[in-house]
Amino acid sequence: MASLDQTDVFLTILCMALATYLPRAAPLVFLSGRTLPPPMVRFLGFVPAAVLAALLFPSVFAPQGGLDLSPGNVFLLGSIPAVLVAWRTGSFFGAVAAGMGTVAALRYFGG
Amino acid sequence: MSQEKGLPKGGFLWRAACRVAPVILGYVPVGFAYGVLAKNAGLSTQNILSMSVLVFAGSAQFIAVGLLAAGASMAGIVLTTFVVNLRHLLFAAALSPSLGTWRRRDLSFLAFELTDETFALHAGALRQGPLSRAETLAVGVMAQAAWVLGSFLGAVAGAEIGDVRPIALDFALPAMFIALLAGQVKTRTHLAVALFSGILSTALALFGVDRFGVLAATLAGAALGTLWQALIRPTSS
Repeated sequence: MASLDQTDVFLTILCMALATYLPRAAPLVFLSGRTLPPPMVRFLGFVPAAVLAALLFPSVFAPQGGLDLSPGNVFLLGSIPAVLVAWRTGSFFGAVAAGMGTVAALRYFGG
Repeated sequence: MSQEKGLPKGGFLWRAACRVAPVILGYVPVGFAYGVLAKNAGLSTQNILSMSVLVFAGSAQFIAVGLLAAGASMAGIVLTTFVVNLRHLLFAAALSPSLGTWRRRDLSFLAFELTDETFALHAGALRQGPLSRAETLAVGVMAQAAWVLGSFLGAVAGAEIGDVRPIALDFALPAMFIALLAGQVKTRTHLAVALFSGILSTALALFGVDRFGVLAATLAGAALGTLWQALIRPTSS
């Protein structure tokens, strides 16, 4: 396993850093302070909700790569208390703890 | 603790700490899981930490570790990282109109600390008023410190812990997305956008579109929400 050339890995990391930084920085440096058209502002206002759901849903509904809506999907079951706590109390920590606690308990008792 | 309720009292460091606390609680375990995974994939502790310091992008780091372990080419890994992180373009664009008074140096630094989670915090703070420069930058630094700390602990413990599943560390990231999402769903239109993007992203993943899927689903969902507001409910924006 531990046969990776660590120098190659570090070079890869440097290139990854550049590939990550450019999309993060370009709009801030070139767009900051400019007035964007109102439809664009509304569009960007939907981005946080859209991207978080786009990241979340596949990991919960298809954690192994295939659609899994069965009771054997612990991520699906663990999401229920997390959503309820987040929605009802607004507590970030409570939601994360409820979700992780449920998943750990299901694995422990479910084998 | 909710990041939406009022401004905590005290100096900017304290206010930043209060804002970022929920993300720290998520980043330490998720960073830990990354460290364990990377250690078991054969990365040195120095490289595990380098990636968390220089790249600082959770999902891309997990994907890169998987690709490195599978012997993928450097070009393939870098290209994948670029595509996976293209969504940050939208985050930066969403924040930029509010940052007209910021110096380029501060903007460059803010960009370095921009992740899914810090962006969600900044977007939440923007709804309460203009972003404080010192507080916003401190939020980023504290979030990354937690991420690096978690990675370090994972790298050190990695050899002992072969598997993070019994302690549900692999669910820390989805759980954090749920908590952040709950803070973003302010209207029914936002809820509809989230459901649409989530379902589309899942469908794309099932059809094997795993790299552009998140970006495509985000663009489509936000476009649908914009059209909906403009055409169907123009009064309720």
